[in-house]
Amino acid sequence: MANRIVVLGGGTGGTLVANRLRRRLGRAEAEIVVVDEDDRHVYQPGLLFVPFGLAHVDDLVRPRHAQLHTGVDLVERAVESVDLAAREVRLAGGTVLAYDVLVVATGAVLQPEETDGLTGPGWMERVFTFYDPAGAAALADAIAAFERGRIVVSVVDMPIKCPVAPLEFCFLADWYLRRRKIRDAVDLVFVTPLDGAFTKPVCNHELSGLLREKGVEVVTEFSTGTVDGPGGRLVSYDGREVAFDLAVVVPLHGGAKYVERSPGLGDELGFVTVDEHTLQSRSHPEVFAIGDAAGIPTSKAGSVAHFAGEVLVENVVHVLAGAEPTASFDGHTNCFIESGFDKALLIDFNYETEPLRGHFPSVVGLPLLRESRLNHLGKLAFEWLYWHVLLPGHDIPGVGAAMPERGKSFPERGRARERVR
Amino acid sequence: MTTATYAGHDVEVDGEGFLEDPSEWTREMATEIARDAGIETLSAEHWKVVDFMRAQYAEKGTGPTVRVLGKTSGVSIKELYELFPKGPAKTAARIAGIPKPRGCI
Ligand SMILES: Cc1cc2nc3c(=O)[nH]c(=O)nc-3n(C[C@H](O)[C@H](O)[C@H](O)COP(=O)(O)OP(=O)(O)OC[C@H]3O[C@@H](n4cnc5c(N)ncnc54)[C@H](O)[C@@H]3O)c2cc1C
Repeated sequence: MANRIVVLGGGTGGTLVANRLRRRLGRAEAEIVVVDEDDRHVYQPGLLFVPFGLAHVDDLVRPRHAQLHTGVDLVERAVESVDLAAREVRLAGGTVLAYDVLVVATGAVLQPEETDGLTGPGWMERVFTFYDPAGAAALADAIAAFERGRIVVSVVDMPIKCPVAPLEFCFLADWYLRRRKIRDAVDLVFVTPLDGAFTKPVCNHELSGLLREKGVEVVTEFSTGTVDGPGGRLVSYDGREVAFDLAVVVPLHGGAKYVERSPGLGDELGFVTVDEHTLQSRSHPEVFAIGDAAGIPTSKAGSVAHFAGEVLVENVVHVLAGAEPTASFDGHTNCFIESGFDKALLIDFNYETEPLRGHFPSVVGLPLLRESRLNHLGKLAFEWLYWHVLLPGHDIPGVGAAMPERGKSFPERGRARERVR
Repeated sequence: MTTATYAGHDVEVDGEGFLEDPSEWTREMATEIARDAGIETLSAEHWKVVDFMRAQYAEKGTGPTVRVLGKTSGVSIKELYELFPKGPAKTAARIAGIPKPRGCI
């Protein structure tokens, strides 16, 4: 009898894994079932552009089922819980799905209600988030009507999806306000719980410089405890305050709620505990996790799900054959950072190597950690790649799962020399 | 790397004062590291957090972040900031002699 692979979540990671598995395994070998609670697949990177009128939510949404290959079944139900011992998934309405292999790809959820006052008075009036479609659309109206005052962009705490998106928001806001010729009447402030704009030194240096150039004030090590909408201020746990007229808040993130209801599946925040290299659960070898749902030390980004997908599929095939997983994920992450005025930066890194200067994917290619028009075109092209290459589960020509070392300037090799081999 | 003397022992510490080798730590050192970190005396509540940090480090190889501390240590984030005003996860990790909690990327 065919094995049954159940994939929880039909977003970026779930879709690309299901499609890769379908191509890899014959129907007699495996039945593949994807579970998601709705049929609307959102291109989330596009949400960044919505507040500035550069994209519209409707154009970012496509049906989920249309992204799945023939031979992959989509069950449109919410997951209620997973019983690891029984190898069963319980769905809303009481249906029970047994599995031989489980791939958890239910992403991260926003938890604005976990921060005092965030969803209280002022929420969706002068306090917004652009991290979901409704918030991004409402923020577009608020920004269009904004004439003068303080716009504060705040990250409540890590981890968040696409950690560079709040910085990109600041860069685009600067561009947008200049275009409207009201930049002088507006203060832009970026508030972060980290001790710099980014966690890794070389990249932090570059991005902090850009923020300074664009006149964005940065407040670091600010752990937002309370959002006071009517009073227009963020209050940190250690008693500091940042005043705002308009707050753009990236709320706390956690794993999907059902993870908490599934003993042994997740950590304190609801992310699924798996080995950072094999993506396999340490306690249950038939369980894997990919994308934002995975509790591994990478950025939560679509590119990570793409690179991890190849590794995960390899290991699922091994496990189905009764073997040990041998494919290893290196934490490869690749992000375009839109910096306004039709320019962008590109960063490429993994568990071992921080974002460095140089070129991608090799000595000749897109400039790394440097503003360029070419990278902006890359950012725009990513949307096409997302629907036509990433989701169908294809490889990007010339870009493998493992982070390329060629083209990067490793500090120990002298600053100006890029690694050529 | 620099050397610091706590409770009569020379230990290696990094630029931010975190012990390089958690196994060198003793409870006597904690009291003195705390003073260096601006906390005059360690109360029972402080110790509850410090001990929790050490246990978590032993189990997981990394200290918890403030958010995880608030969810799991039995001390709320508000109280954690009252105990360790300059950042609970960082300060408590330093006093507990474990590495700075791995920031998320
Ligand atoms: C504003 C913004 C900008 C971004 N920019 C970029 C970028 O430039 N580049 C980049 O690489 N990444 C970017 N990202 C991140 C990227 O979108 C995510 O990392 C990626 O989509 C993660 O894929 P995933 O499969 O893990 O989760 P998702 O794609 O979010 O999919 C999770 C799925 O699980 C389903 N689900 C959840 N709970 C349940 C349940 N209980 N029952 C059934 N189904 C459930 C959801 O409906 C959803 O379809 C951005 C994200 C945001 C918010």
